[in-house]
Amino acid sequence: MAKRILAVDDSKTMRDMVSFTLKKAGFDVAEAEDGKAALNVLTSGKFDLIITDLNMPNMDGISLIKNVRAGSQHRAVPILILTTESDGTKKADGKAAGATGWLVKPFNPEQLIATVNRVCP
Amino acid sequence: MSVTSDSEAYPIAQFRKTYFEECAELLDALQSNLELLAGGDEEDETLHAIFRSVHSIKGGAGAFGCTDLVAFSHIFESLLDALREHKVPATRDVKQLLLRASDALADIVNAARLEQPLPGNFAAEIRAAMQDSLQGSVDAPVAVAAQSTPESDVAGGEHTYRIVFRPHTEMLRKANEPLLLIRELCKLGVLTTEVDSAALPALEAIDPEAAYLSWTFTLETVASLNAIQDVFEFVEDDCDLKIEQLDIAPEPAETAGSDPAGAVPTATGPAPAQSIRVDVDKVDRLVNLVGELVISQAMLTEQGLSLPADQYPTLIQGIEALAQSARELQESVMAIRAQPVKSVFARMPRIVRELAATLGKEVRIVTSGEMTEIDKTVIEQLNDPLTHMIRNALDHGIEPPAERLADGKPRQGTILLSAAQRSGRIVIEVSDDGRGINREKVLAKAQARGLVPAGASPSDEDIDNLIFLPAFSTADVISNISGRGVGMDVVKRNVQALGGRISVRSKFGQGSSFSLSLPLTLAVVDGMVVSVGDETFIIPLVAIVENLRPQAADIHPIVGRGDVLALRGEYLPLVYLHRAFAIGGAIADPCRGIVIIVQSESAGRVGIVVDELLGQQQVVVKSLEANYEPVDGISGATILGNGRVALILDVGRLHEIDIRGTDSRLPLPETSRIEPAEDMTHAA
Repeated sequence: MAKRILAVDDSKTMRDMVSFTLKKAGFDVAEAEDGKAALNVLTSGKFDLIITDLNMPNMDGISLIKNVRAGSQHRAVPILILTTESDGTKKADGKAAGATGWLVKPFNPEQLIATVNRVCP
Repeated sequence: MSVTSDSEAYPIAQFRKTYFEECAELLDALQSNLELLAGGDEEDETLHAIFRSVHSIKGGAGAFGCTDLVAFSHIFESLLDALREHKVPATRDVKQLLLRASDALADIVNAARLEQPLPGNFAAEIRAAMQDSLQGSVDAPVAVAAQSTPESDVAGGEHTYRIVFRPHTEMLRKANEPLLLIRELCKLGVLTTEVDSAALPALEAIDPEAAYLSWTFTLETVASLNAIQDVFEFVEDDCDLKIEQLDIAPEPAETAGSDPAGAVPTATGPAPAQSIRVDVDKVDRLVNLVGELVISQAMLTEQGLSLPADQYPTLIQGIEALAQSARELQESVMAIRAQPVKSVFARMPRIVRELAATLGKEVRIVTSGEMTEIDKTVIEQLNDPLTHMIRNALDHGIEPPAERLADGKPRQGTILLSAAQRSGRIVIEVSDDGRGINREKVLAKAQARGLVPAGASPSDEDIDNLIFLPAFSTADVISNISGRGVGMDVVKRNVQALGGRISVRSKFGQGSSFSLSLPLTLAVVDGMVVSVGDETFIIPLVAIVENLRPQAADIHPIVGRGDVLALRGEYLPLVYLHRAFAIGGAIADPCRGIVIIVQSESAGRVGIVVDELLGQQQVVVKSLEANYEPVDGISGATILGNGRVALILDVGRLHEIDIRGTDSRLPLPETSRIEPAEDMTHAA
């Protein structure tokens, strides 16, 4: 069965691009536009990976990660954060909150797939 | 994501389009939040929202290779980041700078969208000012983001490394899987693995989430130390790691402990309005279908009226319920197309700022009612008239600071921009506290142009309305700012094209207020239903001035021009609908029918001769272009309750048709009019 990935980003452009690439690579992709929406989607079933942006309205990526790690169903699911090179402390903040790894924007489809494969068993 | 050559079928153009659509929304949000900030709202959530807008614009820009945009938004973002972290104080200067930066960002986004290069020094001054503000902050500015070029992954020849790797429990909690790391190492070369399970407790004592194992790897590889370190990139803070090269003098390369930084405060605002994006075409189709449904319902209702209610009580009830549902459905569907005027209002502060700076005036704009909703098509066409009215208020209304102080007014002028819904229409007002309309000057100018007879003494209201006359403003604009070859007459025409009305109230020395009244939608028109012979026409109510039945003495024929109607000293051309559209059996004598006086910008006042008035009605507009072909003098069609098609008159064009009709008719006897058409039929 195809692995299920949840892509969380407030930018539709980013969601479209991530979704397209992952679907083409054979993943099953769901989308959410902020942390709150993501938590809702997560209750709908089992996911194998979460990819999330950090800066989002309503609930940002860091809070999402903390919530997921504090929950039960997806606490052991790998979480990739999307950051930019200039975000500086963001990688550390994400890791401290419980992120598995990160992906630096802008990234190309190959980098996305490679990073997903690095953390998704 | 940047595009790579082998990503065939990657619909980058589509993503790009989405991105720029998103940019427009982000820029609008940025603008409104910056206005809030400028107005004194320094809430964290506002600052975060401002940051996010720029951050998102930058994020996408990188993916589409918009380097100018990345560079500019990077500095902008750094400043905003420092601001939200309170490392840079939100002074008045900084807020002004942010507003200017937002304007520049909008220009750069636009240039990127159109793929137009910008001059290298574009907004250089703003960039420099932002850098300066950042210099004063606790953190030095970060250099402009450049894709870090990784060092060579190949280290020249094969080497052997020993890697000691002891995961912390924390690493497993973050879902980093040692097995995956080992697989990655395997890809780099020949890997020998030795596991140390000494720390593993007895089965019953095992915490399934704790880390007990550690590994020592020996890796023979041509890959560089960097490449090996990269494998552990995600986990270096959550493990003990030691990598050493065995075939050179040992040098401890990398150790890492854990260094969890402080967590970012959570931002939980009010719940968002859930929304989806829908193609406008789909909505339009829905609007059309609902239009059809309403028409069918009206037909049913009319049929239902002729039934005896005591014999078909449930049928009549059903028809009534249907009417109710259809009306609610129509309102709901119209509401889908409705958008807040915010998107148009949000552009105005920039115009005010730029123009005020050019004119050396101090002006603030206060907006209210931004969330008032109006049909999307109306919104799209609202920008130009509104812009012009704002420019006009700034240029002609608000006085220079010195003059204002001398008049005992505050130094800074105020423009109020408001929107509100009133009785099925939306009213937009642009008011200023400037000098108001100088009626003496306006009257003098109008007299000089022959727009008002010398010696006439028009009312204040009439004088104010002179500024909407085409000849008044276009020929000689008082300044070149609000002029630009466009006058208030164009504003009026644009507004009327939207089915709207414009009016002005002014008090000399105290300011002017322009009021736009617009229909909520263009898909429904308030019309006067009139009959001509067997035909029914709709005349848009907004165009109608009055209805009357003239005396024979008031009708005067003018050779080659048709008849005119003398009305209170004015001569209005008469349009005979039955002639214009060749309808038989109509009342030819205006004294026995009705003359409807309509006003349009292009034709002025015209009298339309019809048989009788059937009543007022809201009608659903059906496009003739889409369903048939464009017809002169007709703006659309509708289907009446009795199932018949009625044409909606385009009052601005009617006059020409009737004149043409009259001209071709005049030399010919009445009966010969249809002959050309018959000839053509035979020829075909």
